[in-house]
Amino acid sequence: MSDNSLTRSETTATQPVPYRGGGFSPKRARWVAPVVFVILITIWEGGARLGWISPIILPAPSEALNALIDLYNSGDLIRHLSASLQRLVGGWFFGTLLGVAFGVAAGLFTLARAGIVPLVAAIFPIPKIALLPLFIIWFGIGEESKIATILFGTFFPTVIAVYGGVDNVDRGLIRMGQSFNLSWWSIVRKIILPGALPAMLSGFRISASIAIILLVAAEMIGAEYGIGAYILLAGNLMAMDQLVAGVTILSLMGLTVSWIIGRLEKILLRWRV
Amino acid sequence: MDLHLDHISHNYDGTAVLSDIHLDIPKGQIVCIIGPSGCGKSTLLRFIGGLEKPTEGQVLQVGNPPEDSLNPLTYIFQDFALLPWRTVSGNVSLVLEDHGIKGNAADAIIKDVLARTKLSDFADALPKQLSGGMKQRVAIARALAVRPACLLMDEPLSALDSQTRELLMDDLVDLWVRENYTAVYVTHNLNEAVRLGHKVVVLSRRPGKIREIVEIDIPLQDRQAHEHLLSEKQAHLWELMREEAMAADQELAHV
Ligand SMILES: Nc1ncnc2c1ncn2[C@@H]1O[C@H](COP(=O)(O)OP(=O)(O)OP(=O)(O)O)[C@@H](O)[C@H]1O
Ligand SMILES: [Mg+2]
Repeated sequence: MSDNSLTRSETTATQPVPYRGGGFSPKRARWVAPVVFVILITIWEGGARLGWISPIILPAPSEALNALIDLYNSGDLIRHLSASLQRLVGGWFFGTLLGVAFGVAAGLFTLARAGIVPLVAAIFPIPKIALLPLFIIWFGIGEESKIATILFGTFFPTVIAVYGGVDNVDRGLIRMGQSFNLSWWSIVRKIILPGALPAMLSGFRISASIAIILLVAAEMIGAEYGIGAYILLAGNLMAMDQLVAGVTILSLMGLTVSWIIGRLEKILLRWRV
Repeated sequence: MDLHLDHISHNYDGTAVLSDIHLDIPKGQIVCIIGPSGCGKSTLLRFIGGLEKPTEGQVLQVGNPPEDSLNPLTYIFQDFALLPWRTVSGNVSLVLEDHGIKGNAADAIIKDVLARTKLSDFADALPKQLSGGMKQRVAIARALAVRPACLLMDEPLSALDSQTRELLMDDLVDLWVRENYTAVYVTHNLNEAVRLGHKVVVLSRRPGKIREIVEIDIPLQDRQAHEHLLSEKQAHLWELMREEAMAADQELAHV
């Protein structure tokens, strides 16, 4: 038989089967992001030093860094940051808490679903910034109106993510719970909530980004301290270095939030295939 | 405790699925149910375990379940239905927690059932780390933990490869020889039916009616020795099934 195949290979062209698999599965490459980042910063800094980029249009990264250091030394950085973080955490926490409660209710009860889902669909698309003046009239110009804006903005996407997650819990697992006579509360606590957790966490990712956007918007309308207020002031004074410094802080905030949720997913969803 | 199916009929949205099923499931016997796809076997099993109600007729418990039984009617599902976020022992303890069995008492039961299903070394593994056969053994362990009076199994082995299936079938036979459990076993596999069943109930195509009940008198542990008789029974079942399947095929062609 081997003779046969040898003679065949002499007369007809023999070649490996063409490879068509692979791709469609990006891998982790930790070094890429820092390299891209360093290259961009270097080009930017070089451009500014060589005079290609006017400092009025865009300050050099080093100047923005100096502005950041000045801000830190003056002690204002802590004040701005703590004011912003308090609003962010307060608004996001209560928005998420209410969102999870309403989302689970909409996922479990017919009446709650019929009441909540159309309401959410009607209000979710309204930009919450448009409601800020209303909140200021209701809650005053102080912290409450800012927190209410963030709370409102995070509530709706959370409701949608959570009830979608509850809907997608494997019905077979619920039926299993019933077949072993688990109580209603046990089924909710031990089967439905853990099953909806992946969807909840990805909902948190989205709502946290929305919270940061709304935070800045609310602080720009009226606040003494806060990253948004700092950026607005820098813009009014045409202090581009401070403006870039402020935007960098926002970006770092976003990165931190995303990192925290990534860690949570790693720890809480270890069981996922 | 015996089970008695009293003239059960059912329709889903006007489509008749089951018609006049009248059947006894005596204590200590394995009753296999076979029939063409869609004839209502899974539906019937859901009625027996009280997960759904038939439109007509009822399922009766004759006599009381044993005192120590935590969950008299216990399912073993085709897709295992394990909680992926709980370990093997966590999945077993799930069904004990609601009965207030915790701590040492629970540990003792878990240890016992895992030993009986040869899973002692995997108590802390997550389902994603287990093979299909192991997952089904976990589901069996979980079912044993509540000391069922009757096991309800819906194609428990059909998601597994044939070697694993053989091994698990031997496990089920051994277990029965030791404990004489009652079971209703739904399957497509005629070989499983003749190896496990004291009675094999053949359902007709939809709406499912009892077409024939084939009794197999050979004790479970001796069945390997009577291959000839078993293959005769299996051939007979196959004849019945083929007629139904062919008729069902014709009907679908007309739709
Ligand atoms: N919840 C339901 N609602 C409506 N129709 C259903 C429902 N469950 C099952 N059916 C229908 O009832 C019939 C019987 O279904 P069942 O799952 O009991 O069949 P089966 O004998 O278990 O089939 P298979 O061998 O493929 O598992 C099928 O025609 C199915 O489409
Ligand atoms: Mg079925």
